[in-house]
Amino acid sequence: MAVKVRIPTPLQRLTQGKEEVAGKAGAVIDIINDLETRYPGIAERISEGGKVRRFVNIYVNEEDIRFLQAERTLVNDGDEVSIVPAIAGGKGG
Amino acid sequence: MTQRNPEFTEDQLQRYSRHILLPEVGATGQKKLLDAKVFVVGAGGLGSPVGYYLAAAGIGTIGIIDNDRVEISNLQRQIAHSTKTLGVLKVESAKATFEALNPDVKVVGIAERLSRDTIRDIIRDYDIVVDCSDNFPTRYLVNDACVMVKKPLVSGAILKFEGQLTTILPGEGHCYRCLFEEMPPPEHAPSCRDLGVIGAIPGVIGSLQAVEVIKLVLGKGEVLKNALLIYDALKATFRRVTVPRNKKCAVCGEDPAITELQDYEAGYCRT
Repeated sequence: MAVKVRIPTPLQRLTQGKEEVAGKAGAVIDIINDLETRYPGIAERISEGGKVRRFVNIYVNEEDIRFLQAERTLVNDGDEVSIVPAIAGGKGG
Repeated sequence: MTQRNPEFTEDQLQRYSRHILLPEVGATGQKKLLDAKVFVVGAGGLGSPVGYYLAAAGIGTIGIIDNDRVEISNLQRQIAHSTKTLGVLKVESAKATFEALNPDVKVVGIAERLSRDTIRDIIRDYDIVVDCSDNFPTRYLVNDACVMVKKPLVSGAILKFEGQLTTILPGEGHCYRCLFEEMPPPEHAPSCRDLGVIGAIPGVIGSLQAVEVIKLVLGKGEVLKNALLIYDALKATFRRVTVPRNKKCAVCGEDPAITELQDYEAGYCRT
């Protein structure tokens, strides 16, 4: 059983439209770097210099990793990782 | 049976009968709704359902700010407006729509772009603020101002097939900067204009924002304090994640770096 990684709408163009991809159990930053090998460009959208960008949140199951062990938070098989960037639409031109 | 209440007219007793029947609302709750003042930022995709349902609920005063005029591309989702109001200021179009639905409601339209110079004075007169804006500078301006003047803020956002919703109670729970510490730079901030949105999605999120407002006014139930609700329309799922208050938050933390409103537009050009 792998880790389920949920890709947010703005990044799905980098995953060929997939909203969910499989990842390997391990630290969050390793999961991001592993995604980069399959979906080039995605790591830069999520992180910079090994740190998750400050307008993107990552949740392991329902918990925000900033309040766990941040990028070193361990993710186990069967866990769900959600990448949640800030979105601003509302009024819509 | 609804009890006679001299505070209501016969029409009002009928108009609000489905509210008054609810033990959680009753005549007392309906009176609270009629006395409430709610300020809506944006008269577009989210502001339309928010304003519509708040007006229907009998929220006595609805302030709404927007400096745009109605365009035909708005009408796929901005249901406060119509083909007949093309070219009209959105706040005027929305005021006519909401007041036609319910004459108990006074709509105060402000045809301006919200600015750091005016926001605190504007929201001070209201009980609750609802963020229905479409850009990050406004979203962070509204958050910071609400934290500074301690106004409850119901924040909603949408993009393509997704929606986000959270309720900020300054001093009690998280704020938008606890959730997302920094505004994304423009190249990381796609808009509905760039990526599109299904017109009914702001209807879903805006309706939920209206429900949060009504619960806050009534003081009933739980709101999305310290929580973010994420709607995925394609999967037909709602996910709720926890949002702890960040002690290091730049605006509501223990030692805030932001104590005055900033130039939120710096580096951003309006789309």
